[in-house]
Amino acid sequence: MHKFRYLSWNDKVFYIVNALVLTIFFIMVLYPCIFVVSASLSEGMYVNNGKVVLFPVGFTWENYSMALSMEVIWIGFFNSVKYAAIGAFISVSMTMTVAYALSRDNVPGNKVVMFLYLVTMFFSGGLIPTYLVIRSLDMVNTMWALVLPGAVTAYNMIVARTFIRNSIPNELLEASMMDGCSDIVYYVRIVLPLSKAIIAVNTLNAVVSQWNSYMSPMIYLNDRNKMTLPIFLKEILLNSTIEVTEGMDYLEIAKMNERMASMKYAIIVMTMVPILILYPFIQKYFVKGVMVGSVKG
Amino acid sequence: MEKNTQATAKPTAYKKSVWKKAAARWQIYLLLILPVALLLIFNYAPMAGVVIAFKKFSLRKGIWDSPWVGFANFEKFFTSFKFPLILKNTIILSIYGFAASFPLPIVLALCLNAMRGRRYKKVIQTVTYLPHFISTVVMVGLLFSVLSNRSGLYGALYTGMTGEIGPNILGNPKSFRHLYVWSDVWKNTGYAAVIYIAALAGVDVSLHQSAEIDGASRFQRMIYIDLPTIMPSISILLILEVGKILSVGAERVLLMQNTLNMQYSEVISTYVYKMGIASGASNDYSFSTAVGLFNSVVNFILLIVTNKISDKISGNAIF
Repeated sequence: MHKFRYLSWNDKVFYIVNALVLTIFFIMVLYPCIFVVSASLSEGMYVNNGKVVLFPVGFTWENYSMALSMEVIWIGFFNSVKYAAIGAFISVSMTMTVAYALSRDNVPGNKVVMFLYLVTMFFSGGLIPTYLVIRSLDMVNTMWALVLPGAVTAYNMIVARTFIRNSIPNELLEASMMDGCSDIVYYVRIVLPLSKAIIAVNTLNAVVSQWNSYMSPMIYLNDRNKMTLPIFLKEILLNSTIEVTEGMDYLEIAKMNERMASMKYAIIVMTMVPILILYPFIQKYFVKGVMVGSVKG
Repeated sequence: MEKNTQATAKPTAYKKSVWKKAAARWQIYLLLILPVALLLIFNYAPMAGVVIAFKKFSLRKGIWDSPWVGFANFEKFFTSFKFPLILKNTIILSIYGFAASFPLPIVLALCLNAMRGRRYKKVIQTVTYLPHFISTVVMVGLLFSVLSNRSGLYGALYTGMTGEIGPNILGNPKSFRHLYVWSDVWKNTGYAAVIYIAALAGVDVSLHQSAEIDGASRFQRMIYIDLPTIMPSISILLILEVGKILSVGAERVLLMQNTLNMQYSEVISTYVYKMGIASGASNDYSFSTAVGLFNSVVNFILLIVTNKISDKISGNAIF
């Protein structure tokens, strides 16, 4: 790359404008996040009067201790962890198994199975028929309604299949077969260990989508002890109003409302932290996963 | 032609070898049993269940014994007073959303690609695709908190600059569409750009070098070299996007919906949810299924049409 001062006049303008535009977009994404963190560490009074702009005002951990003392947060958290772990395990193991089976040549009928998966990319029964099927299987109000229906998505499966086809040489299969390796042993001992990158991507995808899912738990669960974090978060973040009991005076209600507003910020930060911690580790795999997807074969 | 005669020459031998081949691969079939069972139960059984759109389904009678009603459920939807409003909202939301959220990732990828300074570039890319991992619930919560005219960032800035309390954006039903579209842009632009950035990494460097020698500016190279390189990816994603134009997801709309903005926010998917699942004893399964089916059929037609057009114009098609 040439040194900046040797560039032509109009290239200089281009680079400066380009950097400026990107910086503006960068700030637009980052600023709300910084604000949320600062507001969560400020006293409710200052947040409510619009005193918090960039840095915390009246630094306090109170919002966090208040948020952590809510029982529903813990119930939701443990349920979400459980569903995400089990869901990701089922999803990844099923996806890899199908991807391997369909990556093999000379299996009569596997084109038909492939076609069945492809069709699901464009057609689906829709919300109500799916609900009725799950209902008829007695899976309503159980974890299975959340983890089984979306376990294998055609897109993820095709990406994994492409990965297996392109990155594991066919000679390996021939050599293993020569040594008397069966199809299942080859899958478990050779294919899976060589597919770590795609397994990581799929695990990440499955965990994130299960963790963030809101519609399915809302539709299928009705027992409060089984509900997931997003359901409780919705209650707290989007339609929380203070229960006004008798004997509360106006000032007290106003004060509670103030605290509620700043506590919401603490909850938002808390739900973002796990992802922020994992992020640097999964990031490189993630870009890789998208790239594998872009070279479909 | 030669191949044909070969295949027909010894059909019996061919047939036998298929069964032999299949028998040799029995372990593969074993691996497929469970996933294919899931596929049939959770994807294909619901597809068959779509027949209830043409029936008057009741849970007591079950799918087979419920009486056929032909297109009555569709007629009911098309003639209902809500139909024009719902259709209008769905179309406006999806076209507005598409117009904003489709080109921006392309622009972001091109700009990032043309940027000098590796480290800063990396930082921008990493931060801008972070919001993708925030759940919809939290994103909507964040949106509402930040845009509050009292306790939010918007309120703080407005009050700081003018000394007054700002107008209430969230309480204004007309702002729903803008909030819906731009919050999605905020959340997904960085992530959607990743696929283009990956494609841009494959641009032939010698093209840039020779263009530079011929006196092309960086902007010209961006338009005439970088953009054409990612054109195939753009067309494929365009086809897929247009195929989804009538499917505004229910999740985010439901979360942002309130009684005030209903007039702008009620879309097909939320209507299906409300009529079929959220109305308790008066759930009308058949009617909701019909509405959902109408939506899928329109989407599929759009997909086929754009695929055909793209195939004719640019030679890029998904099937």
